[in-house]
Amino acid sequence: MSRYRFLDTAGLIFLAVVLAMAVLIPASNLLLPPDNPLHVPDYLVPLLGKYLAFAMLALALDLVWGYCGILSLGHGAFFALGGYAMGMYLMRQIGPRGVYGNPILPDFMVFLNYKDLPWFWLGFDHFWFAAVMVIAVPGLLAFGFGWLAFRSRVTGVYLSIITQALTFALMLAFFRNDMGFGGNNGLTDFKDILGFPVQAQGTRAALFALTALALCGAYLISRWVVTSKLGKVVVAVRDAESRTRFIGYRVENYKLVVFTLSAMLAGVAGALYVPQVGIINPSEFAPANSIEAVIWVAVGGRGTLVGAALGAFLVNAGKTWFTGVLPEFWLFALGALFVLTTLLMPKGIVGAVSDLLGLRRKSELPSAPPAAPAPPPAAAPAE
Amino acid sequence: MASIRNRASTLAALLVLLGLTFWGAISPAVADPLDDALAGFTTDKYDDTEKAIQGVVATAAPTGKAIFEALAAGRLVFDPESKSVLIKDAAGKLTLAKTGEAAPADLASRPLKTVRANNRIRRAVEAASGAFELQDPNPRKRIDAARAVFKSRDPAALKAIETALATEKDAAAKEALQQARAAIILGKADAPEADRVAAADLVADVGDQDALAALRSLPPGSPQTVKDAADAGIASIERWLSVANAFQDVTFGVALGSVLLLAAIGLAITFGVMGVINMAHGEMVMIGAYTTFLTQRLIHSYLPAIDGASLIIAIPAAFVVAGAVGVLIERTVIRFLYGRPLETLLATWGVSLILQQAVRTMFGPTNQAVSTPEWLQGSVSLMGVSLNWNRVAIVLFALGVFFALLLLLKRTSLGLKVRAVTQNRRMAASMGIRTPWVDAMTFGLGSGVAGIAGVALSQIDNVSPNLGQSYIIDSFLVVVFGGVGNLWGTLVGAMTIGVANKLLEPWAGAVLGKIILLVAIILFIQKKPRGLFALKGRFVDA
Repeated sequence: MSRYRFLDTAGLIFLAVVLAMAVLIPASNLLLPPDNPLHVPDYLVPLLGKYLAFAMLALALDLVWGYCGILSLGHGAFFALGGYAMGMYLMRQIGPRGVYGNPILPDFMVFLNYKDLPWFWLGFDHFWFAAVMVIAVPGLLAFGFGWLAFRSRVTGVYLSIITQALTFALMLAFFRNDMGFGGNNGLTDFKDILGFPVQAQGTRAALFALTALALCGAYLISRWVVTSKLGKVVVAVRDAESRTRFIGYRVENYKLVVFTLSAMLAGVAGALYVPQVGIINPSEFAPANSIEAVIWVAVGGRGTLVGAALGAFLVNAGKTWFTGVLPEFWLFALGALFVLTTLLMPKGIVGAVSDLLGLRRKSELPSAPPAAPAPPPAAAPAE
Repeated sequence: MASIRNRASTLAALLVLLGLTFWGAISPAVADPLDDALAGFTTDKYDDTEKAIQGVVATAAPTGKAIFEALAAGRLVFDPESKSVLIKDAAGKLTLAKTGEAAPADLASRPLKTVRANNRIRRAVEAASGAFELQDPNPRKRIDAARAVFKSRDPAALKAIETALATEKDAAAKEALQQARAAIILGKADAPEADRVAAADLVADVGDQDALAALRSLPPGSPQTVKDAADAGIASIERWLSVANAFQDVTFGVALGSVLLLAAIGLAITFGVMGVINMAHGEMVMIGAYTTFLTQRLIHSYLPAIDGASLIIAIPAAFVVAGAVGVLIERTVIRFLYGRPLETLLATWGVSLILQQAVRTMFGPTNQAVSTPEWLQGSVSLMGVSLNWNRVAIVLFALGVFFALLLLLKRTSLGLKVRAVTQNRRMAASMGIRTPWVDAMTFGLGSGVAGIAGVALSQIDNVSPNLGQSYIIDSFLVVVFGGVGNLWGTLVGAMTIGVANKLLEPWAGAVLGKIILLVAIILFIQKKPRGLFALKGRFVDA
């Protein structure tokens, strides 16, 4: 097979759409009068921004699941850790404007009788430090976790279960009041980000545009990874891990690189999510959230990157609509989505559409394993 | 404060007691000590009443028990003029407190006053009537009375104890009496030092919380040797109590482990055979619990005569309902996904969401009340640790289900086929086993067992649509920790996790203990990716 094209048609369309959103939606919200039919209402901007952050999480998940075959049921943990790092910066920006007016300690610490700022909060009053932590904390956790797991060849459902246990353990930990992260209330009541008021419409529009740009950046990075030589090996690991190892590749190192990178992207997504929704609490670590993120990828199309982002956008839009109109039916719809997608649309929307249009050219990557050449017979039952 | 007051009154009582015995010893003809004692009841002062109680104990009057019962019930009366004390029985009939004879008619017509009692008096009465029960013909009662004295350490009871000891024949009662005597002597400042040291040892041998209290409340100014003996006793009791606490933690852990075993064992079967994690497994447990709820309701409305057996009837009902739902899921969803374990995981997660919401829509989001039959209520005491019957029942039930499944897998034709498919699916198929049929049956079996688990969990947990979710992650970890396709591994895994959880709880707290455990399991899986008891099958790891 020849080198993959760095950007294919779908990728170009995706970038164009997201960039257009980044410009048009803030512009329409800020510049057009509210009675103009093209005006984007104020509530919609952070909502769409939230979807974009979720799309970025889906992108990160697709990188490990779609291309490397690692079904992580704990990516929500990396997302939430990135969110907490950003939340800590935002908490420090409140300064003496909290309810208790303590210039150093956030409200919940005053409430819990903290005397000093815990050591792990030091530095979070600087944006650059928080920004580094947004990437470093999820990255380090993923590196440590993956270093242990991949080296001892924990694969398949076993890996899925321990990633789930990881996010579950973190959820329990962050629910504890004496962890120093606000317990079950989490971090909220944010005032400023980089000196701009978080609640102001201008800041929200800017955050939206920033999220859209970050999504494009994440797409370009992911795309660059999967079209590189590294990406080819990673896909080989997904389709026949033992074979790749026997050829001589250090499979665990490839997995580790992709897993860590994916966790960092998830962390950035979380950091962009928090200022737009205005709160981060331990329920973001809930295993159910991580599994829901997996279904975004599956619905959109596993192993397509664009599909993952699309799936996140569509499923969350559906969720917003359902919970507003038919709240009881949302779980039925979500459950059915899980079942029907895996049964009837294993390649997701993007896969189905491109099959339909006969657009699957050689230049595109093979998608999920079922479409790949039949695995070696012995591998089937044990996987 | 309380102990100081206690000690002061003890001392006062002691002096009175000594005075009385002294008086009684030298001048039996001058006055009957019982008359003196009873006179205390007629002054209408609490202090005198208390002294009177101790006086009655000291004289070991035959009517003493009746006097105390009457005093406790507010039926002890006196005539302020003649100073005679009378007992009024429940029917209002009056008898003389001194002799127990019927009261003369003229007394009954006078305006009688009731001897008043406050809490201090009631406590004194309680301790004093204990002394009288020491003479009860039933040895069981005598032991109870001796234990009561051991607990109260009332010096007034010493004489009664010693009287009882002199005539006691029953070995167990004698031992109890000696312990009670030791407890009193230990706290008696004027007892010989050597006796008190010996008493401390004897009290320490009892080894419970009461003994600890006795050893800790030495009167001030006790000799150093007594203090040392008491300290040694305290140390040894504390050692023993910490062992008992550990034992209690372990029993709680076994109970938790049994719950985990019940929840995980069905998962172990389906996962072992099909290599598929069924995320809807927890919902099968939930369905079992709701079946229990419905069964109880139906039986309560239509067959109230067999209410007590409804939980037993719910077991097969839950098995059938959950098993049927399981077969349905297998036939409609899972069979299309064989060889794609990760997709199965997602599809079954979807199924679990649908089942949860379906139950929520049908029964509402609130908890449903499932009653506990009478024969499961109450508790049993084992080595000083009290265990609820329903926990004991769950342990036994879990083990019963476990061994029934083991028999099924080892001794039946279905079990043989299941094991064959678990070890090598292709080979089994080549030998003519209908693997799809085995899959469906196994899935039904695993789901049915989950339903049975739901019956048990309905007794200790809230029956709500979220019941299953709280067990699913724990169940996974049990199965993965124990090793797939091996029921013994699941047993060991469940018990290890249950006991470790309860042992961690006291010093780490419930949440932190759980986190430590999760991290430990994650690390363990790195070390042994195939679990504690890995199945040696002829398959190649992908």
